[in-house]
Amino acid sequence: MKYVLLFCGTQEAQREWEQTTEEARSEQYRLVGQWFQDHASKLGPGHQLQGPHTATTVRHQAGKEPIIHDGPFIEGNEVIGGYVEINVADLDEALRLARSWPAGGVVEIRPTMD
Amino acid sequence: MLVRILGDFAIAEEIVQDALVVALEHWPVEGIPNNPGAWLMTVAKRRALNQLSRDAAYRAKLALLAQPVSHEPDDRLRLMFICCHPALSRAAQVALTLRAVCGFTTAEIAHAFLTSEATVAQRLVRARRKIVATNIPYRLPSDEELEARLSEVLAVLYLMFNEGYLASSGPTPARRDLAEDAAWLAALMARLLPGEPEPLGLLALMRLHLARSEARFTPAGDLVLLRDQDRSHWDRAMIREAVALIEQAAAARRLGPYQIEAAIAACHAEAESWAATDWRQIVVLYDLLLRMTPSPVIQLNRAVALWQVEGPEAALAEVNALASSLEHYHLFHATRAELLLDLSHREQARAAALRALELTQNCAEQALLTRRVLEW
Repeated sequence: MKYVLLFCGTQEAQREWEQTTEEARSEQYRLVGQWFQDHASKLGPGHQLQGPHTATTVRHQAGKEPIIHDGPFIEGNEVIGGYVEINVADLDEALRLARSWPAGGVVEIRPTMD
Repeated sequence: MLVRILGDFAIAEEIVQDALVVALEHWPVEGIPNNPGAWLMTVAKRRALNQLSRDAAYRAKLALLAQPVSHEPDDRLRLMFICCHPALSRAAQVALTLRAVCGFTTAEIAHAFLTSEATVAQRLVRARRKIVATNIPYRLPSDEELEARLSEVLAVLYLMFNEGYLASSGPTPARRDLAEDAAWLAALMARLLPGEPEPLGLLALMRLHLARSEARFTPAGDLVLLRDQDRSHWDRAMIREAVALIEQAAAARRLGPYQIEAAIAACHAEAESWAATDWRQIVVLYDLLLRMTPSPVIQLNRAVALWQVEGPEAALAEVNALASSLEHYHLFHATRAELLLDLSHREQARAAALRALELTQNCAEQALLTRRVLEW
């Protein structure tokens, strides 16, 4: 069964991450790289995303021109930092993967439509 | 009989995965279910026994049900674990457990939790949809998951128990049926997971509360506090059994919060009077509990024990320190009221009791607090 893991965090965490030392950052990348390697057989396409300041939102409105605005659509403090598609047996296996994610923050699990 | 109905366990799985709730919609009305699954049979048997003992017309069926049933124990366990899956909200876990494991109807669940049938029905439908849509598996948790998943199940059972033992609101103060159902399920968990000490701890805790239930209300229905209860009305045999359960759990040498809470309840149950209670031991047990599961409510309970050991001033200082987290908890104010009265601050005590009165919806507690405010 296919799910998508959405990796989320707060804006503060994002800023902290940007200010973290090169060493700490490469250690974090190493752990994440290891995670991708360990679970390679279950992982589909996915990416880390560039920061929320790069986001552009297109909001459709019935019968009108869509509104385009600068910034992410999620209000408030949460930021989607990346996503990966996974192919596992059931939600428990998806939960195990999400729990083992080494980079902290919040991981949302969503089953995909068949 | 069951094996014939069952045939294939995949059928039972399908029911739980896809139609957990719908499958159970009809049988509480129609009597003995024609549905597959050993757990269904157990539930049916138990509930039917309750009902049939009241209804002579079904005596014949009673004989049928009294025959030993061949169980697939894992099936009931799996059902408990899926109902209490952490991906479901606590309210959904409770509703699913009551429906699928205890065989409550939607109306009975709504009544037990003082909410509307429509709300319960919607909650059950949503939970069922989530189980299917996200593919929550119908199987036992793996060894490394077991502890976390079990604590989820036990939390649901304890919530059920407390709701039954002292309902949070509504016209009937105690709904013992719900409490007894919860204790029955705790006993089932203890039996099906013999290597795990915490279900035994929870079962002992529930039995210790139930053993005192006779003394908790006056014949007129007024709530009697532990301190003022007539201890000759406590069920000594049940207390002994519960203490034996605690010892059985302790043999596993894996202490957990329910075992400690049961030990605290045992200190009370075995004491001859409020004054003769081993308060020092209780304070030590609360310290242990706080290290495992820090919570302001546990700190509040510890303060009550501390009152007996070190006096009201020390206890009041501890209680006051909890103000920011327990401002909206009626027992915080009720405890403060008692301590302030002990220190002869009568006016402040009344004010605190009035605040507690505003915050509780339970009619027995309201009556008790009203008597206080009038007497003080």
